[in-house]
Amino acid sequence: MSDPTARPSVFIVDDHQLFRSGVRAELGDGVDVVGDADEVAAAVELITERRPEVVLVDVHMPDGGGRAVIEAVAAVDPDIRFLAISVSDAAEDVISVIRAGARGYVTKTISGPELADAIRRVADGDAVFSPRLAGFVLDAFAGAEAPVVDPELDQLTNREREVLRLIARGYAYKEIARQLEISVKTVETHVSAVLRKLQLSSRHELTRWAADRRLT
Amino acid sequence: MPFGGSPWDYRRTVSRTEPRRLYRSTDDRILAGVCGGLAEHLSLDARAVRIAFAVLAFVGGTGLILYAAFWAVVPQRVGESDSARPRDRSHRRRPGRPDFIALCVLAGGIVLLVRQSGLWLGDAFVWPVLVAAVGVAIVWQQADESQRRRWAASARAPLTERPARLIAARLAGGVVLVAISVLWLLVSQDGFRAATRGLVAVLVAVAGLALLTGPWWWRLVRELSDERWARIRAQEKAELAAHLHDSVLQTLALIQGKANQPREVQRLARAQERELRSWLFARPQPDGTQTLSAAVEAAAAEVEDMHATSIDVVAVGDAPLDERLGAVVAAAKEAMVNAAKFAGVEQVQVFVEVEGDRVTVFVRDRGVGFDPSAVDKDRRGVSESIVGRMSRNGGAAIIRSSPGQGTEVELNMTRAAQ
Repeated sequence: MSDPTARPSVFIVDDHQLFRSGVRAELGDGVDVVGDADEVAAAVELITERRPEVVLVDVHMPDGGGRAVIEAVAAVDPDIRFLAISVSDAAEDVISVIRAGARGYVTKTISGPELADAIRRVADGDAVFSPRLAGFVLDAFAGAEAPVVDPELDQLTNREREVLRLIARGYAYKEIARQLEISVKTVETHVSAVLRKLQLSSRHELTRWAADRRLT
Repeated sequence: MPFGGSPWDYRRTVSRTEPRRLYRSTDDRILAGVCGGLAEHLSLDARAVRIAFAVLAFVGGTGLILYAAFWAVVPQRVGESDSARPRDRSHRRRPGRPDFIALCVLAGGIVLLVRQSGLWLGDAFVWPVLVAAVGVAIVWQQADESQRRRWAASARAPLTERPARLIAARLAGGVVLVAISVLWLLVSQDGFRAATRGLVAVLVAVAGLALLTGPWWWRLVRELSDERWARIRAQEKAELAAHLHDSVLQTLALIQGKANQPREVQRLARAQERELRSWLFARPQPDGTQTLSAAVEAAAAEVEDMHATSIDVVAVGDAPLDERLGAVVAAAKEAMVNAAKFAGVEQVQVFVEVEGDRVTVFVRDRGVGFDPSAVDKDRRGVSESIVGRMSRNGGAAIIRSSPGQGTEVELNMTRAAQ
C-alpha cells in the first residue's frame, strides 16, 4: 500500500508544453516535480543529473519517444522508475514502452489525484495498470495458438487473469482485494508478476498480435 | 454475318464522345489484338484484316514486320474492362492453350513454307532471328503496361506473389532467348573466335558507355524516386489537412462558441476525440461485417453524446455480430444509459470480453447505487429491458448494486455455433 503522505520526486517528459504545465498544476503538492524536458536527449541528460524517483514519460515523441528515454536512462541508472502516459490507443506502442521498462501506463484523461496516486505507487515499486492496459495485456496473453516457450513467463495464472479482468472492469486495488477476499498486498504482488511477464515473456505476438487475436 | 452474333452492334457501343484512336483490342484478339483493334478502328471484319496480314506475311515477311510494328507502337485499350462491354462470348477471343498450340503449328508451317519458296535468307540467319524475335516478343509483352495492370488487379486475389514471379520468369526467359540467338548468329556468321572478339568489343563498349553515363543514370533514378516520395508525402499531408479541417477545426470553433457551457464543451471534446481516434487507430474488418466490440463502442458513443457522461470501453477479443450478440449490445447500451442517467457520475467503465464461445460484458459505475430488493416499479421496468432481453436470447444478466457503492451490470452470453 502506498503511503499517501510521501512526496515522491517526479520528472516530466513530454513534447507538449501545454501538457507539462497542466500536469504540474494538476499534481499540486502531492508530489515534488523536480524538472521537465521536451525532447529525448535533454530528458536523458537532466534525468541522470537530477535522479528523480519517478519519470512521467510520454509514449509518443520525436526521436524514439518514451522508449528511447527509458532505454537510455536505464543503461546509466537502473533505479529510476518510469510511468508511461499517452493519449494513444495503439496497443503495440504501449506494450513496447512497458517492455522497455516502464512500470505502468495511464491515459492522459486521468484525473490529478489518480495520477498522483499512480506516481506514488510506481515510486513504491508497484505496477500501475489502467483498465486499458489491463485489456491490452489480457489480449496479448490470450489465444492458444502462440507457442509457449516458458510457461512461467508466457502464460498468466488464473488468479492474475481474474485481477486483470477486475482492473479492466474499473475496480481499484482495494475493491479487487475485497472482491477476491485477498489482501491489497497480494493484489499488488499479482500485478507486479503480470508486469514482469509482460516485460520478459518471449511471446513474439506481445508486440504484434492485434490482427490475429481479433475475431476468434 | 459469319459470326454467331453481330459484331457491328457492340462496336457501335464504343464511346463516341472521345476522338477515335487506334487501340489494340483486349477482347477480339488472337495474338496481341492488333488485327482486332484495326478492324474495330476501320469498321472492318476482323477476319478480313487477319487474312490480309497473313497474305502480307508471304510478301517478304511484310505482314510480320507490320504486325510487330503495330504491336510495339499501338497501345492496348485500358480503362474499358471486359465486363464493361456487352457480354457476347462469341466475339471474345482469348488465346487459350489449344489456340496457342494451333498458333505455334501455324507459325511453324508458315516458316517452312517460306523456306521452300525461295524467299529464305539462309538457315544460319533466319533461325537465330526467329529465336530472337520470340524472345523480344516475350519481353515486350511483359513490358506491356495494360497487361501489368491486369495482373495487378488479379494480384489482389490471395496468391499475390505468383504473377510477379511469373513476370520475372518470363522476362528472364525472353532475355535468355535473345542472348542465345545473338550468340548463335555471331558464331554461325563469323566463326567462334571472331564471335568472341566481337562480343568482347561490344562488352567493352557497353562498359565504357555505362562508366560515362552511369552517374547521370543514377541521378535520374534518384530524382525520379525522390519526386515520387515527395508527391506521396504531399498527398498524405493534404489528406490529413483536409480531415483536420473538416473535424478538429470545426469542433474547436464550436467549443469557443460554447465556452460558457462546460457540459456541452465536454460532450463536443469527447465526440471529437472519439472521431479522431477511430480515424487514427481504426481496425477495419476486411469483409465489412460489424463486430461486437465496434458495436459496443458505437453504443457507448451514442450514450456519451446523449448524456454527457464519459464511457470508457475496454475490449478483449472480438466476434462478428449476430442476433444474440446484438441483444447483448442492446442490453449493454441500456445499462450504460441507466448509469449515465441515475448514477450521478462522470465516468462509466465498460469491459467486453470474448473468450472462445463465451461473451461477457460488464458495465460499471461508482455512482449512488441502489438496493436491488427495493426497486420501484419504474426501475424494474428498466431492468426488465436488460435481464429480460438477455434471458429471452439465451443469456443471463446479473445486476449488483448497493446504495453508495455504485452499480455493476454483468451480461453473459454463449455464442451461437458457427
